[in-house]
Amino acid sequence: MSLYEEIGGEPAVNAAVDIFYRKVLKDDRIKRFFDGVDMDRQAAKQKAFLTMAFGGPHNYTGEDMRRGHAHLVAQGLNDSHFDAVMEHIGATLTELNVPGNLIAQAAAIAESTRNDVLGR
Amino acid sequence: MPKVNFGGQSYDCKDKSVLDCLTAQGVAIPSSCHSGICQTCMLRAVGGNVPPKAQEGLKPTLIDQNYFLACSCYPEEDIEVVLPNDALTRVRATVSSIELLAGDIIGIKIQPSQTFDYRAGQFINFYKDETTSRSYSLASVPALNEDIFLHVRKVPDGLVSNWIFNNLQVNDIVSISMAVGNCFYVPGKPEQDILLIGTGSGLAPLYGIARDALYNKHKGKIRLYHGAYNTAGLYLAEELRKLEEANSNFSYIPCISEGPAVNGFAKGMVLDVALADNPDLAGWRVFLCGNPAMVTSAKTQTFLAGAATRDIFADPF
Ligand SMILES: Cc1cc2nc3c(=O)[nH]c(=O)nc-3n(C[C@H](O)[C@H](O)[C@H](O)COP(=O)(O)OP(=O)(O)OC[C@H]3O[C@@H](n4cnc5c(N)ncnc54)[C@H](O)[C@@H]3O)c2cc1C
Ligand code: HEM
Repeated sequence: MSLYEEIGGEPAVNAAVDIFYRKVLKDDRIKRFFDGVDMDRQAAKQKAFLTMAFGGPHNYTGEDMRRGHAHLVAQGLNDSHFDAVMEHIGATLTELNVPGNLIAQAAAIAESTRNDVLGR
Repeated sequence: MPKVNFGGQSYDCKDKSVLDCLTAQGVAIPSSCHSGICQTCMLRAVGGNVPPKAQEGLKPTLIDQNYFLACSCYPEEDIEVVLPNDALTRVRATVSSIELLAGDIIGIKIQPSQTFDYRAGQFINFYKDETTSRSYSLASVPALNEDIFLHVRKVPDGLVSNWIFNNLQVNDIVSISMAVGNCFYVPGKPEQDILLIGTGSGLAPLYGIARDALYNKHKGKIRLYHGAYNTAGLYLAEELRKLEEANSNFSYIPCISEGPAVNGFAKGMVLDVALADNPDLAGWRVFLCGNPAMVTSAKTQTFLAGAATRDIFADPF
């Protein structure tokens, strides 16, 4: 079974989106990056984001990640912000009672995008 | 490069929506919101496939027949399109009454010439002429009201709202679309608390939704916050206070944002008042209508206060 299936597939992502996004929007370190984006559109993107982190089906390439976050890098997006997002992924999965070994795998997938997201 | 074939002509649509592509080349396609919401620019594909994005929000029966929204359609292959069958999408209706509700808002009742399926809080597109229309929300409840009830605010220099204000008369025959939109009460979860926040004519859908919920014997709290600059903008107040007296789970909180405090009215911006009264919205159903800045901010604020994204319904206008 893939990590995505083990975590619980699309229903798990749906459950995670609100919890994760609420943490992000409440975090003073990073919330400014999400200003002015419509909630519904943003929720769809968060879903894409989490599906990816959970090892689920997606079509994003490293190049897409670079392009998708380039405007944020221009606004100062750096490692500390990336770390904050990593924290929230972990905390969200913990809240959903996902076992620690699966959380570690999801974190490793998210971590692997660091250089692309930060445009390095 | 994908081509759009329409009326025997072929049009190049590189990086343009089908709507922009056709209108730029002089083809008149009815349209209004240009953002995939109002469904005025619906066309039908009779050849080729349209991307799924162009069919988002359409009823399954329309999707099956290859209807799509021209403003959201960026074709990936050649397609042949036709205008939709008017009989399917437009309804004739007779204006049965017009009344002034507030200084700049009129209430219009219209009677469709055929059975008209809708949910309170959805909206119709009201046609000024063949290609010009604007969306107006349904304040009536099908089970309670014979006529369709609209609240139209006069927008300074607004084309259609001024035409409605200045020219529309009782007994006029008008053309409207079928009802569309997702901002309505769905029966079920009768214990769930409901928060409704609106400004100006944003009361229209909320007035319908609240009464629909009560009609469906909703048990949870139903709290309606209506905001305006001053008391003159708070129309239907008497009806809403009566509704409050008749239903112990319904409350109506009119809010004024300017001038001195007035007895019986909350003072402040409607969103601030509603959030201060209801700081924990976990498990609530939320409806937000009216001023776009208020609605956008309210979507985020009510979400942060605990409401789930799937329980937040909004129409900014
Ligand atoms: C889902 C939905 C539901 C709605 N429900 C309601 C409702 O229940 N009640 C209600 O009153 N309204 C409602 N609306 C809003 C309504 O559809 C119209 O947008 C509104 O009536 C204004 O239309 P208009 O033709 O009068 O103004 P428009 O002519 O469209 O003009 C709107 C504004 O833009 C300005 N403007 C126009 N053209 C230009 C230009 N070229 N350059 C710069 N500025 C320009 C005008 O001065 C005016 O201030 C709803 C909208 C939506 C999308
Ligand atoms: C942990 C690794 C990350 C992954 C896998 C990731 C993935 C994604 C994906 C898939 C999208 C959607 C792209 C689209 O479809 O348009 C997206 C958008 C976005 N991401 Fe990330 N992201 C990561 C880190 C971050 C960080 C650290 C921030 C800021 C603190 C951030 C902020 C955003 C924003 C604001 C958008 C929306 C962009 C817009 O539409 O304006 N992301 N991300």
